Amino acid sequence: MIGIIDYGSGNMGSIEYCLKRNKLDYLISANPEKLNKCKKILFPGVGNAEFAMQKLKEKKLDRFLISCEKPVFGICLGMQLLAEFSEEGNTKCLGIIPLTIKKFDTKQVKRVPHMGWNTIDFPESEFDKNYFYFVHSYYMPLGDWTVAKCEYGGQFFSAVVHYKNFWGIQFHPEKSGDIGEQFLIFLLRKH
Amino acid sequence: MLAKRIIPCLDIRDGRVVKGIQFKNHRDMGDPAKLAKYYSEQAADELVFYDITASPERREVDISWVEKVASQISIPFSVAGGIRSVAQAKRVFEAGADKISVNTPALERPDLINELVDRFGSQAVVIGIDVRGSEIYANTGDQNKTLKTIWTAFEWIKEVQTRGAGELVINSMSQDGAKNGYDIDFLKQVSEITHIPVIASGGAGNMEHFKLVFEKSFVDGALAASVFHSKTIKISDLKVYLANFNIPIRLS
Repeated sequence: MIGIIDYGSGNMGSIEYCLKRNKLDYLISANPEKLNKCKKILFPGVGNAEFAMQKLKEKKLDRFLISCEKPVFGICLGMQLLAEFSEEGNTKCLGIIPLTIKKFDTKQVKRVPHMGWNTIDFPESEFDKNYFYFVHSYYMPLGDWTVAKCEYGGQFFSAVVHYKNFWGIQFHPEKSGDIGEQFLIFLLRKH
Repeated sequence: MLAKRIIPCLDIRDGRVVKGIQFKNHRDMGDPAKLAKYYSEQAADELVFYDITASPERREVDISWVEKVASQISIPFSVAGGIRSVAQAKRVFEAGADKISVNTPALERPDLINELVDRFGSQAVVIGIDVRGSEIYANTGDQNKTLKTIWTAFEWIKEVQTRGAGELVINSMSQDGAKNGYDIDFLKQVSEITHIPVIASGGAGNMEHFKLVFEKSFVDGALAASVFHSKTIKISDLKVYLANFNIPIRLS
């Protein structure tokens, strides 16, 4: 059973359709006790970091995530919230991955948000050089835990990170067509 | 490298896809979810659904088809037409849309842009702009109600950008449906002064029009309707054509 964290940050429709098509059982919950019974945790999110952290705290999901020992997959904002801190609203995040989420510099990249299909460098993976769908104005810098990177307007950043039992995915696999679906299912089945 | 986006636009009237010439004489083109799947399979990069009756008739988008579309495709799509409040937008997002696009209601009450951005984030809020000459028009879905606004194009573009919009769809009304190519000079000027993504709309008639707009302006995507619906251009063929000119394109 896959537990999808529901904290009022974005719709889960596409993720649900994706899991259903692949016959993976899931539940959507904001209740840490229920989520604790799941084998794996999906942590999606779109929108504002400050707002999302507030919601997580209200539902005591921040503590659940920090102490979680199951595989956790943070998608987009879910990935960024795994960090120590975000420049978005100068928000203190979950502090799981010791990095600061930074804002794209508009002088350098010209257009923010980074929106659309971009290729990732994922060495020795079948997903290397494939296009995935990105939508974000802030990014996780490259670090020891970067497993796939992406480049936008000369700025490199983490597309996929792996730190202990935590995975972070900056793009939206659930919105990246067939290849995105293959990626998400591969990750969920393997870990 | 970030790919240039090819975006089919599906005009919706009463839950069906329709197409007219210069916003007139609408003709039935089919079921939204079916067409969405068809375009998604051809590697369309995203889809725009525009409820052309919603705004002039002052009613909100009927969202039953939005859910159906969301269940059928796994690429992003936006919904436009008649969204006038945060509450209405919320329903559209809950039905599965990734972005909403606002046009006339933002002209009537620009604060709406800020409210939507504050609640859903810039990335989810697209502003549709109908331009003729250097003027901005409202209610273009119904020619009897179409009216010129007080805004000049560049003033309005600056305004919506300041208010936090995440993307612009610039529709050249004089080009729309005429198949003479995108309004490249204007789009070039717009894409030079903006720091958010810009999508070109109106005028696509052949593959070269797409090549020219990507080569000669800095737009991030090109939107078209009738050339795709009539199968004059197949998206998968168009993408191979553009990739051959070294335009960054996602082929599959």
